[in-house]
Amino acid sequence: MLKLEEVGAAYGISPVLTAIRLEIAEGEAVALLGRNGVGKTTLLRTIAGLHPMTAGRLTFEDRDITMMPAYKRARHGIALVPQGRGIFPHLTVEQNLLLGFSAVSESISGAKNEIPAYVFEMFPALTRLRARKGGVLSGGEQQQLAIGRALVAQPRLMLLDEPTEGIQPSIVKEIGEALNRIRRDMKIAILLVEQYLQFAWTISDRYYVMQRGRIVKSGDTRVQSPDAIAHLMSV
Amino acid sequence: MTEFALLIGQGFNAVSVASILLLAALGLALSFGLMGVINMAHGELLMMGGYLTYLTLQYLPHGIGYPIGMLVAFAGTAIFGAILEVTLIRRLYGRPLDTLLATWGVSLILQQAARSIFGPIGNEVTAPAWLAGSIRISGGLLRGLDLPVSRLFIIMLSAAVLGLVALLTTRARMGMLVQAVHQDRSMAEALGINTRIVDLLVFAIGSGVAGLAGSALALIAPVTPTVGQSYIVYAFLVVIVGGLGSLLGTAMAALMVGLFSAGWQIFTSVSTSDVLLLVFVIAFIQFRPRGMVSIRSRSLEET
Repeated sequence: MLKLEEVGAAYGISPVLTAIRLEIAEGEAVALLGRNGVGKTTLLRTIAGLHPMTAGRLTFEDRDITMMPAYKRARHGIALVPQGRGIFPHLTVEQNLLLGFSAVSESISGAKNEIPAYVFEMFPALTRLRARKGGVLSGGEQQQLAIGRALVAQPRLMLLDEPTEGIQPSIVKEIGEALNRIRRDMKIAILLVEQYLQFAWTISDRYYVMQRGRIVKSGDTRVQSPDAIAHLMSV
Repeated sequence: MTEFALLIGQGFNAVSVASILLLAALGLALSFGLMGVINMAHGELLMMGGYLTYLTLQYLPHGIGYPIGMLVAFAGTAIFGAILEVTLIRRLYGRPLDTLLATWGVSLILQQAARSIFGPIGNEVTAPAWLAGSIRISGGLLRGLDLPVSRLFIIMLSAAVLGLVALLTTRARMGMLVQAVHQDRSMAEALGINTRIVDLLVFAIGSGVAGLAGSALALIAPVTPTVGQSYIVYAFLVVIVGGLGSLLGTAMAALMVGLFSAGWQIFTSVSTSDVLLLVFVIAFIQFRPRGMVSIRSRSLEET
């Protein structure tokens, strides 16, 4: 459903992504691994349309989206859960969730747009926090809110940037279960950027490893063990 | 006239000055406070609103002419603001100095255009009968107090506009979008919000409010090509003292600046009171660099 062909991107004149080839099938979960600063976040932002491409072609569900602005990509079914979570700090949890509807229709409030019950079912903490401001939530709560908001958009592909970063183990487990449900029951494809290999392995079917802006290795998480790529991840 | 009536009269003057400042600053609170665009032509939008009201009253001199003039001023300046955003400001986002220079150029062009069309001398807008005259209190403690109806009207108008803008930026659906774009532009974009349309609307409405301010101002002073110049500095002061992005702060700051200058004008000249006002603002900013109502949070601190 998502296909990157020889994609390149740069910050100013220094290239950060070179000739990236990557493919994700319908409903598949793929992990994007690598050390800090190899371009994983930039690649995710490029797919979401927040970072300009300098070369290559990007196809989503048989449509060329290379030149499509970010907000239209969201409306075509690409949802982003960014690094730092991207919660609007002065809006309430409920308003943050409602904004997820921007990707679905022009009108984001009103009776038609009820926040789906499965969001609160998946992340029960959000029910209690509904009226709180997004900025006062803990890191784990913000992460759950960010994933919940992405679900409200009813995406076909969810891009997640280090959802376990700086989050306590019990909530990491909860997020892992939620992601597996999103993939298995809701048939939403996942592209997961992760440093924490064990976690990536519990979620994904395949993996790609990046090094200095290139994809250097890919494989099947069902066949290989995390040890196979540990040497590419250690600092 | 009793001492007390004199004091109340001066207080009323201060509130009326504050309400004009508030009207002039509300548009800026949107374009500068929320979008971070320094629009030096904001004062000229105000001037344009004044002339649009004047022109409307040339064709409809009686009764409903003035309210229609206000609508024309709002709509006309909003459309002009939209055109300005699309042709100029949108192309300069993230380049504040270039924006400043370019909009200053627009301001000079508009001033000269007004001078060529209407002449350098002020054009009077005659207030309709229902806004003329004043309320006189002839008995009791407030004996001798004289409250011009047009000023009362401006106070009510600015309160109403403040309410509407507050509703628009917080309660309504539009407000959620505006705040989302203001707080995290790229996340808003990634969620499917067309941030360009939101920018365009916010700027157009800010411009329209400036036009409305000009329309109100025309009631109490003749419209001149340079009328915008005399308000733009105060409007920026009010927005900065109030705190960027906060309407409550803008309203409080307008009241404070209005009270301050009207208060000092009892004892000294207008220019001395201006000097004192600027000294006060500089000192204030030293202690509260983010303004009266500062927006703080974890995520905003980091940026």
